[in-house]
Amino acid sequence: MAAAQDRKDSPTLVVRLPGVLVDLFPGSARQVELQAATVDEMVDELDRRWPGMRGRICDTRPAIRKHMNIFVDGERATLATRLRPGMEVFVLTAISGG
Amino acid sequence: MGKRILLLIGTKKGLFIAEGDEGRRSWALRGPYCSTWPIHHAIGDAATGAIHAAGGNEWFGPAVWRSEDLGESWTHSSEGLAYGQGEEPVSTVWSLASGHGGLYAGVQPAGLFHSRDGGRTWRHLAGLRDHPSRPEWNPGGAGLILHSLVPHPDDANRIWVGISAAGVFASDDGGTHWEPRNRGTRADFFPDDQKYPEFGQCVHCLVMAAGSNGRLYQQNHCGMYRSDDGGRTWESIENGLPSSFGFPAAAHPRDPETLFLLPLNGDSAGRFMPDGKAAVWRTRDGGASWQDLREGLPQEDAYFGVLRQAMTTDVMEPAGVYFGTGSGSVFASADEGDSWTEIARHLPTISSVETMVVEHDS
Repeated sequence: MAAAQDRKDSPTLVVRLPGVLVDLFPGSARQVELQAATVDEMVDELDRRWPGMRGRICDTRPAIRKHMNIFVDGERATLATRLRPGMEVFVLTAISGG
Repeated sequence: MGKRILLLIGTKKGLFIAEGDEGRRSWALRGPYCSTWPIHHAIGDAATGAIHAAGGNEWFGPAVWRSEDLGESWTHSSEGLAYGQGEEPVSTVWSLASGHGGLYAGVQPAGLFHSRDGGRTWRHLAGLRDHPSRPEWNPGGAGLILHSLVPHPDDANRIWVGISAAGVFASDDGGTHWEPRNRGTRADFFPDDQKYPEFGQCVHCLVMAAGSNGRLYQQNHCGMYRSDDGGRTWESIENGLPSSFGFPAAAHPRDPETLFLLPLNGDSAGRFMPDGKAAVWRTRDGGASWQDLREGLPQEDAYFGVLRQAMTTDVMEPAGVYFGTGSGSVFASADEGDSWTEIARHLPTISSVETMVVEHDS
């Protein structure tokens, strides 16, 4: 109940997702508005809307995947990074492949 | 009703499907599927008609993809494909097997998962990683991977796995308890007095012979072997082969005496076709003697290798045999290896080839 109240009082964020991630989840969008107090909660909210998305962004240590980056107001974030009202969050794929 | 043969070709950049007629004379290629993720292994589930494709993506981690319309549309899931918090996470799925109403998945780092809902959710069969030998498992060149999955066709409690480089393990109780089954297989990379350990061998590919009589074959980093007692003891069958090194092995669908191999020139000699001349080697007598099969295969400048899951047979009569190369070619034989045709080329590096037979109306 307390967690639900916290989420209700959390700031509204703009989250931008990479196209290659959006392509994996029909109905998802490149730009998402949601409420979350931390990056961890933000990923949970994305997963609630599109089940399975958490597993694509995070591993089970738990941590943001090695070849994924999340930037909050221009700074590289961890799951523990706190979020403030109006922040813009970028979820990005790192250079990878071959 | 006629039949079509689907070749499921897992590559570094997605799954491809080559579709052939019943005579296996004409083939059409389609794909890539699975968003061009690296696909290590794909199988067709005869019970449901679904195709399952296993892989992992550097960005997004492991997943098993599923298609219920022969590849036209796909979903993916990794729900439950996870170890506990703090453990090294599952990075990719290496192998799949279906049987007794379920699906098995072998992953990296080595572990075994099971699904009862067609791959939508997975449950860790923790008994394998609870084996006391696990702290001493060492990775092979491709990592610590569970690449071979052999459920017994008639007994749901019996399953064998191959792990590089921990060796062969077997369970007789559905995956709760496991024991190593490597007696008689060599580990040339250990000191002279330790070349036949209880575990730690570099098994490359483990397959079961037709007939449910407990016969297994394995291509190992260090030799080729047959077991007639469910893996409890192994006998070398490498005499007559051009080398003791290779990756895949493919069993005949009906004859337990017939096996197909693709020996390479050696683990420190380039790991390509011996003398640059491609050949599949076939035994008709359980490994007592071998015949090289070359008709239609390149006999000069063939410096390719074939990975551990990249050769298979079909269930037709006579049996078809197929393999895919590291350089992206697929070769097919409709006559049990006597003659070969290149049916696809210029694909990404091929990790696996499996067959699926489907019925069609016309």
